[in-house]
Parts: sequence; C-alpha cells; structure tokens
Amino acid sequence: MSAQPTAERGARSRLMEVVLLYAGCALGALVISGLIVEAVGADWSTVGGALLNGSVLKPGRWGGTIGVTIPLAMVAIGTIISTKVGLVNIGQEGQLLVGAAFATYFSTRVPGPGPFVLIVVLAAGVVGGALWSGLAGGLRYWRKVPEVLTTLLLVSVASNLVGYGLKHHWLLLDAEAKLGNRNLVSEQLPPDTRLPRITMWGNDFPISAVLAVCLVLLVGWMLSRTLWGYRLTVVGHNRKVARRFGISESAQGMIAMLASGGFAGLAGAFMLTGGDFANYRMVSGFSVSIGWVGLLVALVANNRALAVIPMAFVFASLRTGSGFLASTGIERRVTDVVQGLIVLALLLPPAIMFIGERRRALAAARSRV
Amino acid sequence: MGGLISVVWDVASTDSAYTAAARFAVVLAFAATGEWVAERAGTLNISVEAMILAGAFAAAMGYHTTGSVAVGLACGTVAGAMVASVQAEMSHRLTADQFVVGLTLNILVLGVVGFLGSEWEPSTRTASVVEIPLLVDVPLVGPALFGQPWPFYLIYLVVPLCAWLVHRTRWGLEVRSVGENPQAADVSGIDVNRRRRQSIYLGGLTAGLGGGYLLLGQVGRFDPGIVAGRGFIALVAVIFGGWTLRGAIFGCLLFGSVLSFRLTLPGLGYELNNEMLSSLPALVTIVAMALFAHAVRQPEALARPFIRGLK
Repeated sequence: MSAQPTAERGARSRLMEVVLLYAGCALGALVISGLIVEAVGADWSTVGGALLNGSVLKPGRWGGTIGVTIPLAMVAIGTIISTKVGLVNIGQEGQLLVGAAFATYFSTRVPGPGPFVLIVVLAAGVVGGALWSGLAGGLRYWRKVPEVLTTLLLVSVASNLVGYGLKHHWLLLDAEAKLGNRNLVSEQLPPDTRLPRITMWGNDFPISAVLAVCLVLLVGWMLSRTLWGYRLTVVGHNRKVARRFGISESAQGMIAMLASGGFAGLAGAFMLTGGDFANYRMVSGFSVSIGWVGLLVALVANNRALAVIPMAFVFASLRTGSGFLASTGIERRVTDVVQGLIVLALLLPPAIMFIGERRRALAAARSRV
Repeated sequence: MGGLISVVWDVASTDSAYTAAARFAVVLAFAATGEWVAERAGTLNISVEAMILAGAFAAAMGYHTTGSVAVGLACGTVAGAMVASVQAEMSHRLTADQFVVGLTLNILVLGVVGFLGSEWEPSTRTASVVEIPLLVDVPLVGPALFGQPWPFYLIYLVVPLCAWLVHRTRWGLEVRSVGENPQAADVSGIDVNRRRRQSIYLGGLTAGLGGGYLLLGQVGRFDPGIVAGRGFIALVAVIFGGWTLRGAIFGCLLFGSVLSFRLTLPGLGYELNNEMLSSLPALVTIVAMALFAHAVRQPEALARPFIRGLK
C-alpha cells in the first residue's frame, strides 16, 4: 500500500529530471552558440531576433518555413522506420537526390492531365528513393555488407549521377539550356503538374504540408499500433526472438529500408513540386543538405514520430531565418553551428539517463545481495 | 582496348601523374592509419571527415597567426584530437550511438569551420618543397615520394609508428583484443572503453595531421569544402584493405591515384567522365565489399558498443 505513492513520486521526480536534463542541454547549446557569435564580434540578441523574424515573425515568412519543414519531416519519418528495425540508414541525402531525379525525369515525359502527371511524379520520387536504399538493403541481407557504409557511399554516387544527368539532354538537362555555360538545370515543371499552394493569412505553402502531417501521423500509428510495427520492433530489439516468433529479419529489414528510402525520395519529389526550392527545377546541388538535416531531425526527435513535426519546424526555422542574418553583419552559416550544437546537446540526455538508470539498477542489485 | 592501354601507359610514364597521385594518397593515408587503429579497437569512426576538416582549419589558423608551418600542423593535430574527444567521450563513455555522434560531428564541424572560416578568412600558402637528395633522382616515383613539401615526409613516421604501436606493444595487443572480443578483454582486466577512447584519440591525431598536410602541403588555401569526402574514402580504404595496415595503405594509393586522374588526365589530353571518376572509390568499395565481405575477417566487435553486462 505504501509503495504506490513512493513509486508515483519517483516517477514524477524522474520526469522532472528528464525535463531538466533536456532543458539544460538545449540551453547549453544555445549558450555556446551565443558565445561563438560574440567571439566574432556580433550581438547574440540581434542575431536571435533576426532568426526569429526571418523564420516566423515577419509577414509571409512562416509559410516558407513550412515549405522547408515538409521534406525534413518526410526524411525524418523515413529514418525512424529504418531505425526501428535496427538498421542505420545515413544515406537519405542520396536517396532524396535520386528520388528527385526520378521525379524530374518523369515530370516532362509522361503525357496526360496535370494531376495525373503529378501523382506519377510523386510516385517516381518514392520509387527512386526506395531503389537507392533498396540497393543498400539488398547488399546488407544478401552479401552482409554493412548498410552504414553502403548508404553513406551511395550518397556520393547519387550526387555524381545527378551531376551526370544534368549534363545530358536525354536524362535531366533542359533541352533549351545550353551546355557549358554553367546553366545545368532541368526543364521547369509545367504549372499544372505543380502542387497547389494554400494561402493563409498572407503566408502560402504547398498542399503537401497536409499530406506530410497525415503521413507522419500514419507512420507513427503504424509503428506503435499495428502488427507490422510490432514486427519491426521485435526485429530491432532482438533478432533471436524475432526468429523464434517466425518473423523474417531480412524481409522486415528490406521493407523498412525501402520505406525509409521511399520517404526520402518522396521528400525530393515534394521539394521539386512544392516550389520552395529551386523554382520547380532540378539543379546541381538540389538537395541542399535536406537529407542530412532530416536525419538530424530524426535523431533529435529520438525516434518518436510525433516529435518529428515540431523538431522539423525548428530546424526549418533555422534555415529560413538565416536569410535575415545579412543585416546583422554575421555570416548566415552560423545557423549550421547552432543546428549542430543543438543536435549534439540533445544526444546527451538519453545517454546520461541510460547511465543513471544503470547505476540505480546496479545499486539496487548490490543492496539485495 | 588499345586506347585504354595507351592511356595507362601515358599515365604510368609521366612523373607528374605519380606526384599528383602521391599527394592525394598521402592525405588519405594519414587519416586511414589512425582510422585503422580505431577500427581495430572496434569503432567504425565516421567522424574522420570532421577530424580532417578541423585539422585543416586549425592548421590554416595556426599558420595565419604565426606564419610557421610546424605550428600550423601542430594546431591541426590538436584540432583533430579535439573532435576525437567528443566522438570518444560521447560514444564510449556516454554510450551514445557512434554513427549518430560521428554524423553529427561531421555536420557540426562543417558548420563551425564554414562559419569561422568566412569570419576570420585565414590566409595561407603551401609549405616549401624539400627534395631528399639521391632518392629524388629515382626515375618516375622519385619526385613523387621524395620531392614533396616537407609535411609529406611525416607519413614515413606515422605509418610505421602506428604499425609498431598496434602490433608490437602491450597497448596494441589490448586495442586489438578490445576490437575482437570486448567481453573477454574486460574479464582479463582491460578497460575496454578506455582503450577504445584512446584509439579514437590516436585516429584524431593522425587525421588532424592529415588535414594540416592537406591544407599546408597540397591545397594552400582554406575552403570549407576542402576535404570533399576524403575522410569517407580513408574510412573505405581501411575496409577495402581488410583491416590490415598494409591493405589500407594500398587502398589509399589506389583511391589516391583514381582521385588524381581528375588532374592528370586532362593534362595529358584525355577527355574523361568526371562524375564516373569521382564516384569510383565508392563504387569500387561497394563492389569489393559485396564480393569479399564473407572472405575478409573484420574485427569481431566492430561498431558494437561495449556495456558491461550487456552483450
């Protein structure tokens, strides 16, 4: 009888501890960022104000931030799927690029009414991304090549492949563009195959935002509430148990890997058709590190689907906010520093908590002896 | 086919091709040597890219402020070790996932260096070439191996030193045992995570030195994109070499030559597919791993964290 209130109090103090840890680490990251800003002779409060203005406060800015949030959230939710099954997919940047390239390829070659082409383009993006991650997944399960390395290596292959495609008319290069004048762009998407944009209080963002939220919720639900999600969890936690249960590790792993790459590819297709990036064209350097940052979003969200949306918005804000930094006389790249520090800081609490829990468990075990 | 042979012959008979290949290969070799030690201890350390970059930037700042190449290189080495300290402490003291930490570090260091580099704009130049008498007169490979900027010659110290450390000392035996069977090593009284941390520090030192060489011996001007995936290629060279130092150095030479073709082939009047060439190290490694992943024995506990009591 007396145990219950203590347990409750313990849980509450544990929760306080978690909140304090996270808050402390995030604060630490911000303080270090502030110090770096001060070190180069700028004022941290004006820099912070400019970031807020550029990302949310000034009229018409938060729409753009939502536009960046969409692909970040897609990449992150894909990453969560592959992490769930115990795979380390760190090649989202490449999968996103290949997805976008597939989408571009089909955008001008498929005949038919606009909405139909749009769907084909999005599907092509998914297929492209899934193909790229599927390569790594296949090598993982058939040839036992560590997927960490293949996904990573395929990023550089993907960017070279897209670079090659953008130099050749039969692949991606716009027929009008002249070769050699550094004008390596694909043909612009016709207006009726672009995603419609929603206008709201002076802000506008592509309709994929709604779709993205639905997909994040759907995946979150599927991972935690369906048999499929349970299978992935079992494989991710203990392969031996999975085998006893009759769950095929390679099948679940391949599915997760394909889904993970498919979401990254979808992010690429959304970027192409959404209009917040590169003006409805494929250009060299199209991915602008969205794949890497999306991966960071998944890390910071600690693989919880619901946390993906706010975290993606925060990281998108850093990106769009950096556009307003020019007036403060500080390089916009400072946001890369802030972003990296935040991620590094938010890796600490789970690790510290794990160690604390182990200490407690060990102490309990010792007192029992 | 005849065309290919004549290309190979032209490249193989040109002094400058060897020199360029050696310059590319040696950066990889610096990084790969330390990376090899870290991997033998069981860490697949992907922050090596960040270590090289930090090394290059610190070398640039060191040279910028003091005007001395030696100080620049020392700064680079220290910076590499600083990145290593984050990787080591977070992944082998705090049990954060090593890939996650490495990836974050790569992005963080790129951000920090890009930001500080554009704020401070260090001005640098390459170190002077020092020719080693007699040896430099060896035909073809002489100038490539003995007619380079002086930081180049540090590789002749670093590689044997690391080989000796890992294969001939007690510390090295412990490092290898930690990478093969951490549970057994733990039982016999070796502090597993401490050895792993130390091996990452060593990796940071050599990678930072490699970054310093890259800047002061090869490129001469700092740019945040200076490393351009060399760290990943060094990592790949270690795997390509089957976790032996000899193999890793061979991999560095191979990939270094491939990378150098970008410079040498146009000079000899050949057109080439730049994208193909850039992705060749990655493709070669993927194919090699797919073919030989079964045959090559990797350190048994590679990329597996060690937490006492948990297997």
